Amino acid sequence: MNLLIILLIPLLTAMALLFANSLKQIRFIALMGSVAQLIFSFVLFYFYRTEKNNGNTALFSFEQNYTWYAPLNINFHIGVDGISIAMILLTSFVVLAGVLVSWKEERLSKDFFFLLLFLSLGTYGFFISLDLFTLFFFLELAVIPKFLLIGIWGSGKKEYSAMKLALMLMAGSALVFVGLLGIYFNTNINGLHSFDLIQIANTQLPLAVQKLFFPFAFIGFGIFTALFPFHTWVPDGHSSAPTAASMFLAGISMKLGGYGCLRVATYLMPDAAQSYSTIIIVLAIIAIIYGAFATMMQTDLKYINAYSSISHCGFVLLGIGILTKTAINGAVLQMVSHGLMTALFFAVIGMIYDRTHSRQLSQLSGLLKVMPFISTAFVIAGLCSLGLPGFSGFVAEMTVFVGAWEKPDLFYRMVTIIACASIVVTAVYILRATGTAIMGPINNNDHLKLSDAAWYERLAAIVLITAIIAIGISPFWLTDLIGQSTDSIVNKLLNK
Amino acid sequence: MNYASYIFLIPLLPLAGFALLGLFGKKYFNESSGIIATVLILVSTLLSLYTAYNYFIAEGIINGAYPSITAFHTSWLSFSKNLSIDIGILIDPISVMMLIVVTFISLMVHIFSLGYMKGEKRFATYYAFLSLFTFSMLGLIISSNLFQIYIFWELVGVSSFLLIGFYFDKPSAVAASKKAFIVTRFADLGFLIGILLLGYYGESFEFSTLIRQLTDVQSSQSIAITTGTFAGISILTWGLILIFIGGAGKSALFPLHIWLPDAMEGPTPVSALIHAATMVVAGVFLVARLFPIFSLSEIALSVITVVGLSSTFIAAVIACTQTDIKRVLAYSTMSQIGFMMFALGMTGTENTLGYTASLFHLFTHAFFKSLLFLCAGTIIHFIHSNEISAMGGLKKYIPLTHLTFLIACLAIAGIPPFAGFFSKEEILLAAYNSNKLVFGIALLTSGITAFYMFRLYFSIFYNKQMEIQNPHSEGSFSIKFPLVVLAICSIVVGFIPFGNFVAADNKILESHLDFRFSFAPVVIGGLSILLAMYFYKNENDKPNKVASFWGKIYQAAFRKFYVDELYIFITKKIIFNFIGRPAAWIDKNIVDGLVNETARTIEKFSYMIKGIQSGKVQHYLLYFFGGIISLLIVFVYLWK
Repeated sequence: MNLLIILLIPLLTAMALLFANSLKQIRFIALMGSVAQLIFSFVLFYFYRTEKNNGNTALFSFEQNYTWYAPLNINFHIGVDGISIAMILLTSFVVLAGVLVSWKEERLSKDFFFLLLFLSLGTYGFFISLDLFTLFFFLELAVIPKFLLIGIWGSGKKEYSAMKLALMLMAGSALVFVGLLGIYFNTNINGLHSFDLIQIANTQLPLAVQKLFFPFAFIGFGIFTALFPFHTWVPDGHSSAPTAASMFLAGISMKLGGYGCLRVATYLMPDAAQSYSTIIIVLAIIAIIYGAFATMMQTDLKYINAYSSISHCGFVLLGIGILTKTAINGAVLQMVSHGLMTALFFAVIGMIYDRTHSRQLSQLSGLLKVMPFISTAFVIAGLCSLGLPGFSGFVAEMTVFVGAWEKPDLFYRMVTIIACASIVVTAVYILRATGTAIMGPINNNDHLKLSDAAWYERLAAIVLITAIIAIGISPFWLTDLIGQSTDSIVNKLLNK
Repeated sequence: MNYASYIFLIPLLPLAGFALLGLFGKKYFNESSGIIATVLILVSTLLSLYTAYNYFIAEGIINGAYPSITAFHTSWLSFSKNLSIDIGILIDPISVMMLIVVTFISLMVHIFSLGYMKGEKRFATYYAFLSLFTFSMLGLIISSNLFQIYIFWELVGVSSFLLIGFYFDKPSAVAASKKAFIVTRFADLGFLIGILLLGYYGESFEFSTLIRQLTDVQSSQSIAITTGTFAGISILTWGLILIFIGGAGKSALFPLHIWLPDAMEGPTPVSALIHAATMVVAGVFLVARLFPIFSLSEIALSVITVVGLSSTFIAAVIACTQTDIKRVLAYSTMSQIGFMMFALGMTGTENTLGYTASLFHLFTHAFFKSLLFLCAGTIIHFIHSNEISAMGGLKKYIPLTHLTFLIACLAIAGIPPFAGFFSKEEILLAAYNSNKLVFGIALLTSGITAFYMFRLYFSIFYNKQMEIQNPHSEGSFSIKFPLVVLAICSIVVGFIPFGNFVAADNKILESHLDFRFSFAPVVIGGLSILLAMYFYKNENDKPNKVASFWGKIYQAAFRKFYVDELYIFITKKIIFNFIGRPAAWIDKNIVDGLVNETARTIEKFSYMIKGIQSGKVQHYLLYFFGGIISLLIVFVYLWK
């Protein structure tokens, strides 16, 4: 099993796109490339499972290590564990759906799909990196295309949003980089500083170093995953982005942050994670409940989903902050679940917007009558968002709740109760949006002529819904996949 | 007996129906979807009856009690060493009893809907939702794990939401469906936290383990949960009360009942199934399921009694004033569930009649209440209105409905030998044995029940004589058949020796009906009927006079004691204005404002310093020499 394939697929697809000379070819290549990604991530999943079932207990599988820049001991080191595979699966689902919903993108379509695939390249690279420098390299690779995607194909105040998003994410990256350098210069492995994740994990950084650099890494990555109060790029960025970019942004990019918080900040600096745990939890809880209430007041469908993403990503941070195995499992589950669900939401909102040219709740009503498929997908996304059993959201949220509840002191109890309460607020805003836009009588007679989803849109929604329901009905395969890997993180936390 | 070989089919057949109809029904077999769903549920019903036969008759009592059998069990989502959500099938007296109720009533409603919903454009969708509901409800009652109940509890809630909002282009239906979902969701928050509490201290979500560990006073789990306190009340009590809140929400008990009357916006057969016979009794079932644990906490039981009793009474009073036939029935449902609830609350350790009585009432109530709703359906179908004022003298037009409605009214009023008599009698007896005040209120309420039911009966079938031009028929066979079957059930199910099957300890409870005791309730019921007849049999203005005599109180009851207004005040005024709006404002103006301000400051700063790079050689020379001079000054004069 060669992991480089997962980087080669998007790279080759992107290159092939440059030679395409008709819209038809562009679409075909992009679609084939994303289907290949999906197939490959399942192959990877299968091989990983086989390897684990054969009793391989190594933390990371399919490792490859090449020297990149010897003087600074920078290596191109890649490998995967259960968490990365979960993230890779998520990415490939979202990429496929994103390509499908952009089927009708005719303006500069070559550049558009090129950037989409480039973004997925950065994302895959990020998730498989075992070298902090490589990881940072791919993180940056995943930021730039977003700026262009919003700036060129966006809508509304797109320049402002693109700039805001790029600047805030860049600031996040800068913080991350400081954190990484801090780690680097405080390691000494065979007389050399090291960026190597596994090597660093096997040593123990001094507590003072951890305490100094943990905030940099955590806040830096936290900005990506809408850590309060650095979340304000989320609503503007999402709402100005074209549909596929919104899906990528919320579905994948925000997960880069969660993954980084877990894999870099918490895993490499466990003692600092313990001592900052309370602060993380408080910030996460604020994001959860405050995001939920802010969502309740939004009137634009994209803003609704963007704010609800802030609230839902709070669960990721909460799970990480609680630092128990169950909670961390929950955080990973929530990343996957939220990625799929929010991608579905944005895809559906995009479909509605393409037809009605409005995202305002006040201008939408009774869409179920004219576009039953789109409306059903919307309702499914909503039900997943409010944590209905049978969908992935329930599994993730309950795991976080049970994990948070495991700590028997009043602070954690209150935190859990507040987090649980947020799902009631979620129900309120989801039903508010559904009740207004999807149900009810049609107020605008122009809407009567609108068509339901086209085949590519249906396919996009079905791909995501299948994944959501598969996790919701049989969560055990996903928990089995990530369980072993979260064990290693938790063991690191407990090894004092 | 090997139940595992077929029992899983009972819930899975409706699920298959849901998947089939939901995915393909509308497109490929809209017309025949009703038949498909009905056949599937028929098979489920037969399997349930077969299960009941095996469990109660063929196997019967083993070692002095009915056994609790786990017919199927698998781990679904494991959290930690002890805690996991398992999916299992638990067979014990109450789950088997509920299997019969749910499948049978569901079957009747399926058949009834064949005629009633005929011509509906979304016929397949309707049956898909109905199947989804039946699946969820069946999953709920056979759950072997506390978290599993919660899963199906939510699924039941969402199917109820979908069915209430079935006529989605009616704004009132949309509002009602939202309200039902949000109110029960709010209550479920309590349920969830209660589950977490019990699971944490009981170290399991599994019913059998949980009950074993918590009822054993020696066990570490039991000691931990009873000695731990919060705000002076033991953790055990907190957990149970929180779980009960969930139950109260689903069962529409005061003050979480506000969604039920509005839920009548759904198609009437749905009201019969979900909001009368099955889903709304889920709360009673939940308490019964956890009864061994509930019985450990006096306080929790008292809370149940008080809430149940107040719901019973309040709902009965409101029902007397409502003018929408379905709303009257809705309040009467709430009132009857209150009966079941307080009967559970009064069950003590030695006197367990209340437990049996409660579930007996649940059982009989399912039949006559679903019958009442189905009758209401035919009446509404016939007259095209829900309002009592639009009805009158319908006896001669819809004779079968009249007869079956009368039977159901007599059953709910507790007149022998109809079904409600037996179960209500047991509840009253249990109340009499434990608390005279409760008994008094219950007796009064049962009188009010008879009154408002016959108010409805006389107003619809007698009172003013409506002349209807070209009346269409009462309905096809599929409409009449369920009415007749349910009417027969409403007569005979009372004779089932229920105590032989369902009791708090799974043994046999000798229920001895004392006819001397029955005297008072029956007389009160009869008098109430006569009173209703005096007021409503013929058209007159006596009811209005009484209404104006009671003035404010009547108005308050008519306005449902302003509970709805209170809720709207809290949600719309307080939560929206004082939490939601400030949160959105702060985010936009303060948090995001700071971000923008930072950007602006940086921009201003760079604007300020950009003059330095002017591109003019003279300026650069000036900086150059200025720099040299300042450095010289520093080095020569200040450097020491």
